[in-house]
Formats: sequence, C-alpha cells, structure tokens
Amino acid sequence: MRVTVRLFARLRDLAGRPALPCDVPVGASVGDVWRAVVAAHAALEPFGGSVSCAVNEDFARMTTAVAEGDEVAFLPPVSGGAPACR
Amino acid sequence: MAIVSGPLSIEGLTAVVERDARASGEGCGAVCAFVGVVRATHQGRPVRYLEYEAYEPLALRALARIDVEIAAEWPAGHVAIHHRVGRLAIGEASVAIAAASAHRAEAFQICRYAIERVKQIVPVWKHEFFEDGEAWVEGTLADPDDAGARQLARDRACA
Repeated sequence: MRVTVRLFARLRDLAGRPALPCDVPVGASVGDVWRAVVAAHAALEPFGGSVSCAVNEDFARMTTAVAEGDEVAFLPPVSGGAPACR
Repeated sequence: MAIVSGPLSIEGLTAVVERDARASGEGCGAVCAFVGVVRATHQGRPVRYLEYEAYEPLALRALARIDVEIAAEWPAGHVAIHHRVGRLAIGEASVAIAAASAHRAEAFQICRYAIERVKQIVPVWKHEFFEDGEAWVEGTLADPDDAGARQLARDRACA
C-alpha cells in the first residue's frame, strides 16, 4: 500500500524534498514507513531517535499502524528556545 | 489560536482575552502579555534574519491542546496565542501570547505556561541565517502526551 510522507525543516533539507510517496506492506507501522524513507534517503538515518511523527495531521507514535492513503509526517525537534528546555 | 504569515498584534490578543475574561466568573482583573522577538545574535553570532516554518494543521491542533490544558488548570483563565511563520527581521515578533484572569497571579502563570508549552509541542521550526551560514534550531521532541514535559511547564509557570 502507498502512503504519502511529509518532511519538515532539517529533514526536508536533508532529503531534498518536502514530500514523497512510500510503499509499505499492509499492516505497516509509522516506524516501518520511517525505515523505508531512510532506506531511500540515507542522510536521514542519524535522526532515527529524534523524530516525532504524525498521521493524518494528528500526533502519532512510531508504533501507530498506517493505512493506504495516509499522510505520515516526520518532525525534527521543535524550535525549543532557552537551553535546558527539558 | 492561529499561525499567521503577517505581522503580529499583541493588542488584538489582549483585547480578546480581556473581553472573554470579563464575561465570565469574577470578571477580568489582569491581562498578561508575552511577545517573543527575533534576537540579533545567537550564541554570540550575529543573526541576519530568521525563517519560521510550521506544519500548520498539526500546529493548530497543538495550540488547541494548550488551550484545553490551560482551561483545565486555570478554569477562570483565558489565553490567545499567535505564532508567525515566514521570514522575520531582527526585532519582529515571532510569537504573541495574551492571558487574562480575575487575578494577576493566574494571568502570569497562564502566560508562562503557554509559552513553555508552545516551545515543547507546537511543530514550528526556526531557521537562523547568519553572515556566514545558516542553522536549524532544534530543541524538544514534540510529544503532547509527555507528562514530564507538561509538569516542567507547570513548574516554570508556578515558580
């Protein structure tokens, strides 16, 4: 099945594109989509542990299941602000 | 709550929250405003300008969530938040927050809580442009369900 992947900020810059189609098996999770994206854009690999994600414009988890036609967004850390924000 | 591409007006937001607070409960006794502006330096490096980018539908959802959190924590409080996107010059406002309540303590707390949560969970990214390069500014991994982050925002608001 096919989902649409959206990339923002530094992820988009590294991949060189804001969106791409991605084919994953039925039953795939957001994490599976991420691994497929990394396979096509190796520059994203170092980000593995520091992306958050959304499915169809709502916050999701890497374990969230995806369905045909879903929009899956990967988000680098947000702009943060003052040091020691966490 | 809005993501906007033009200049921000804090006066518009303070008027809205004052009106909302006046119409409820004890009425409005305090309005607190916060405006984040583009700083001319980052860690000693002169900044030429910034670009902010948002995933707008998700950003609006995150802002709505902050509104709900504030309503739960401060039932008499009201908040309005506008975040700007696009290219901003030094000194321009990137985020404007107005909070109102019957008493000043709550208004200050709500305002501080709101900016802390904006920085934690709203998908907006800052891209700094220097004389000699550029850099994305990255802070927190956005996770609205992270109870620890929410508690940290609450602690900072109520310190």
